[in-house]
Amino acid sequence: MIRLSDICTGYPGKPVLRDIFIQFPAGQLTSLLGHSGCGKTTLLKVIAGLLTPTSGSLLINGEPADHLPADKREAAMVFQKPLLFPHMSVQENVAFGLRVRRLNPDETKQRVFEMLELLQIGELASRRPSQLSGGQEQRVSLARALVTKPKVLLLDEPFSALDESLREEMRTLLRKVQRELRITTVFVTHDQEEAAQLSDQIVLLLNGTVAQQGTPQEVFSRPRTSQVAAFLGWKVFEGRPVGAVFETAAGTFVMPIGGRPTHMAFRPEKLQLKSDGQPGTIEEIVHWGRGRRLRVMLHAGVPLLVELPGFTEDFKVGDPICVEIPVEEICWFAENWC
Amino acid sequence: MKKLALFCLWPVAMLLFLSTAQGWLWPTLLPREFSLRAWNFVVEQSGGPLVTSLSLAVTVAILSTLISLPAARVLALHSFTGKRLLLWLLFLPLLTQPLASAMGLHGLFLRYGLTDQWMGVLLVHLIPSVPYAALTLMASFSKLDLDLEAQARTLGASKWQVWRHVTGPSIAPGIALALTLSFLMSWSQYLLTLLIGGERILTLPIVLVGFEKSGDGAVAAAMSLLMILPPTLLFVISNWFLRENQSLE
Repeated sequence: MIRLSDICTGYPGKPVLRDIFIQFPAGQLTSLLGHSGCGKTTLLKVIAGLLTPTSGSLLINGEPADHLPADKREAAMVFQKPLLFPHMSVQENVAFGLRVRRLNPDETKQRVFEMLELLQIGELASRRPSQLSGGQEQRVSLARALVTKPKVLLLDEPFSALDESLREEMRTLLRKVQRELRITTVFVTHDQEEAAQLSDQIVLLLNGTVAQQGTPQEVFSRPRTSQVAAFLGWKVFEGRPVGAVFETAAGTFVMPIGGRPTHMAFRPEKLQLKSDGQPGTIEEIVHWGRGRRLRVMLHAGVPLLVELPGFTEDFKVGDPICVEIPVEEICWFAENWC
Repeated sequence: MKKLALFCLWPVAMLLFLSTAQGWLWPTLLPREFSLRAWNFVVEQSGGPLVTSLSLAVTVAILSTLISLPAARVLALHSFTGKRLLLWLLFLPLLTQPLASAMGLHGLFLRYGLTDQWMGVLLVHLIPSVPYAALTLMASFSKLDLDLEAQARTLGASKWQVWRHVTGPSIAPGIALALTLSFLMSWSQYLLTLLIGGERILTLPIVLVGFEKSGDGAVAAAMSLLMILPPTLLFVISNWFLRENQSLE
């Protein structure tokens, strides 16, 4: 288990991470999700020992790790770039961590070949990094980190440079290997789908602080703040309670009893086309793999994105349309928007 | 290619001819006789200067490379206030006539008793060779990906192991080039050696110029050939090393 308490980094007046408190459960894969530049990589570097935080403490498997140099933390990192050592073969690259630990050559060789087999790259052992494809390079990089049996595996968007089908394949492989070896893993990504697919836990970082932590289902179905909701792709409306209803630019909605919400949000795919809904006009139609997205301008002057599965109905730009926001799908927030 | 080889080898062949020619005076078309007198003399007499020249050049090569390594790394990979000034200071000896700085240093060397000393000559040879070594290494360091070092650290390598297995091999061609260049700077140095070493520290160039002036062309030619030999060898070796390294990438 990794435990970060009150971690802060950055400069006075320009903090990168603020009061970070996170526990990464042992043997599980936790995704650190957030925009680029929100401090995800910085946090990973703090755990790896490549960056010293200005304050806070770090425990790895219950032992303080703050003062341990990077090479003594047993926190192997896989970067966005494969970073294979160009003057070594694949086999020598994977053996690197064992060689610097002065493990005997026979055991080193055996462990290297086991790991190459596990990652399905046994036949590449004698190749040079320059002879590998992007996906192969990243597999070697992963094998090189895993072969040392680290306490923690840190992955910094390792698949972001690969094409979609290869990325999918690598995710499946990572999940399989991680479950098999039960290594505590922290996976940095800005891709929500990737985080949802891979993780046991998700930690959402926004503006250098932890905005929400939980299982993928908790995070995606129950955002804790309107900011989290906006990041996850929900449509957020600010409004004010008037009597029993909540008034927003998109119309008035029945509020939950006893609440004083300041914001409401819903997922675009929950919107329904109904004749008694809010009237508007289709402004743009975007086709995507499994359906269409309609950009609708409500007559009230509010743009909405409606996601429709399938292609059954026929729509044209400029068509009048009525959109209903189902009240039971609305998430309510009482907070100050910042 | 053949023409180029001929162009390069012609002076060498001429020197070989001159070093064995005896009594070649105007208006005879060919030398009166050929002998190995000059070569015998060179073999007997140049042992001392050869050792001095070699010991100086090897030490200068190692020292300037060692001095330049940390400087080149910082200058190539980090930005800080005063960096431009530091670069200017480092390369000043290349821009000014080395004789000018050596003349200035002469007084200082006299005060510390470094003139007419092997150590004094070594120090003055470092003046032109350090900037060259630093410049070469800076080019190598600027291509180094620092994340490679971070990667090695997280895999369990100590700072020394990172240097030994990752950084060193990555900049090896630069190190080979820096060693070669600074060796050559010292090996071919005449003026600075004469100024600080007086005529006490006898290197091959000092002895060679002496024979050239005294009019014994045969000995001067033989000695010139002796002088060409180590740099040529060094060049061949470093060239082989660079090619070997390139084929790895």
